[in-house]
Amino acid sequence: MDIGFLYSTFLTLMAALPTTLALFALSVFIGGLLALLVVWMRVSGNPVLSAFAKVYIFVFRGSPLLIQMFLIFYGLAQFSIVRHSFLWPYLREPFDCAVLSLALCTAGYSAEIFRGGIRAVSAKEIEAAKAIGMSGFLLVRRILAPIAFRHALPAYSTEVVLMMKSTALASLVTVWEVTGVAQRLISQTYRTMEVFLCAAVIYLVLNFILLQAFALLEYALSRHRRAPSFATVDAAKTA
Amino acid sequence: MASFELLGFGPTGWGALLIGATLMTLAVTAAALAIGAVVGTAVTAAKLSSRVPLKILGNAYTTVFRGVPELLIIYLIYFGGSSVVTAFGKMLGYDGFLGLPSFLAGSLAVGLISAAYQAEVYRGAYLAIATGEIEAALAIGMPRAGRLRRIIMPQVCRFAIPGLGNVWQLSLKDSALISVTGLAELMRTSQVAAGSTRQYFLFFIAGGCLYLLLTSFSDQVFNWFERRANRSMPTATIGKA
Repeated sequence: MDIGFLYSTFLTLMAALPTTLALFALSVFIGGLLALLVVWMRVSGNPVLSAFAKVYIFVFRGSPLLIQMFLIFYGLAQFSIVRHSFLWPYLREPFDCAVLSLALCTAGYSAEIFRGGIRAVSAKEIEAAKAIGMSGFLLVRRILAPIAFRHALPAYSTEVVLMMKSTALASLVTVWEVTGVAQRLISQTYRTMEVFLCAAVIYLVLNFILLQAFALLEYALSRHRRAPSFATVDAAKTA
Repeated sequence: MASFELLGFGPTGWGALLIGATLMTLAVTAAALAIGAVVGTAVTAAKLSSRVPLKILGNAYTTVFRGVPELLIIYLIYFGGSSVVTAFGKMLGYDGFLGLPSFLAGSLAVGLISAAYQAEVYRGAYLAIATGEIEAALAIGMPRAGRLRRIIMPQVCRFAIPGLGNVWQLSLKDSALISVTGLAELMRTSQVAAGSTRQYFLFFIAGGCLYLLLTSFSDQVFNWFERRANRSMPTATIGKA
């Protein structure tokens, strides 16, 4: 193996890392907000909103992300209404289209995960909250959301890792992120294994960091479920 | 009316090609699932093995194939496989580029990814077997092969069905990425049809609908299998929401 080539490949790929990270961060953020909206519609009890959310989830989870991305990038540009609208400066950009389709897609998956979290909140806790007169937004903020978020966290961390991998598809609508640059290097040099190795290491490290961060968050949010640590017990004794 | 003609079965229609491409997507996903089942079983055995090097190898496999973008793995298999085939051809005296057939490369790549997910499903299914049953088999002196065939395999298959359904859906959507190798599956055909008629929106919507048809149909099939496999189980209804 040629260390010099590996090093230069690694540097070239690292130059594309900011694009991958920007795609990831923007789409997870926008997708998360959309997912909250969709899950709110899904559990609202309003039959029209609920049906709309069901269709949304069915469509975005049932079809490949690539076809959704192509539909937005190539499909929308076909209509002159779109080309003459105020949205055109955004829909013309491959990067914005990639973020939009990634966000729409992850919203479908995340909405189902959040719904699972909400369903896991025990009815007793909601009854108790209602019994002391909590309702509406206060109930959601103090009881429903924190518990549902904790329940949804493990599944959501998997979804976030999937999103990190999905940013690779943006290369197919001409966004030069890590996978796209790797593909260009492969077709220029035909040294598949070395380029793959460098790109794989980048993604594995990114995903490892993500999973560690989520594990840390999960640990921080589950203090009530852990036995008191020796440190706190000792502190209580000496106090 | 033009769109009906384009999607129809007439001389200017892409209907027949799209149906054929849908079947190709099914075929390549089925091949991938089969490859994944074989490799996945081996990876499961490695992960559950008591030998440390095998365990590390199994865990490394699932980490890499679940942590690296699918597209990158498809590039690796397609371009890497092609250079291996070319080198092999040179050995036999053929000068020039030889490509790996795209069906083979695609199903192998998606299959190796699905193997990593299947390994986790099988591992979970194996761990779900009551230890008492394996102890009982040991107690009556059943040999290792017999335990595997009569006690472990049937139950792993039953417990694995819901997870396998998820892996199938995942592979079905991953198979769209094989379009980069030029295989005329549903994604690629929609793309070609869209490009040559300039009706991008129409054909990507049509392709998307065919994918939705595939995913919802296979959902039904897996539900049926699950009901059938659990028909003798008293607790069959617990797992279903």
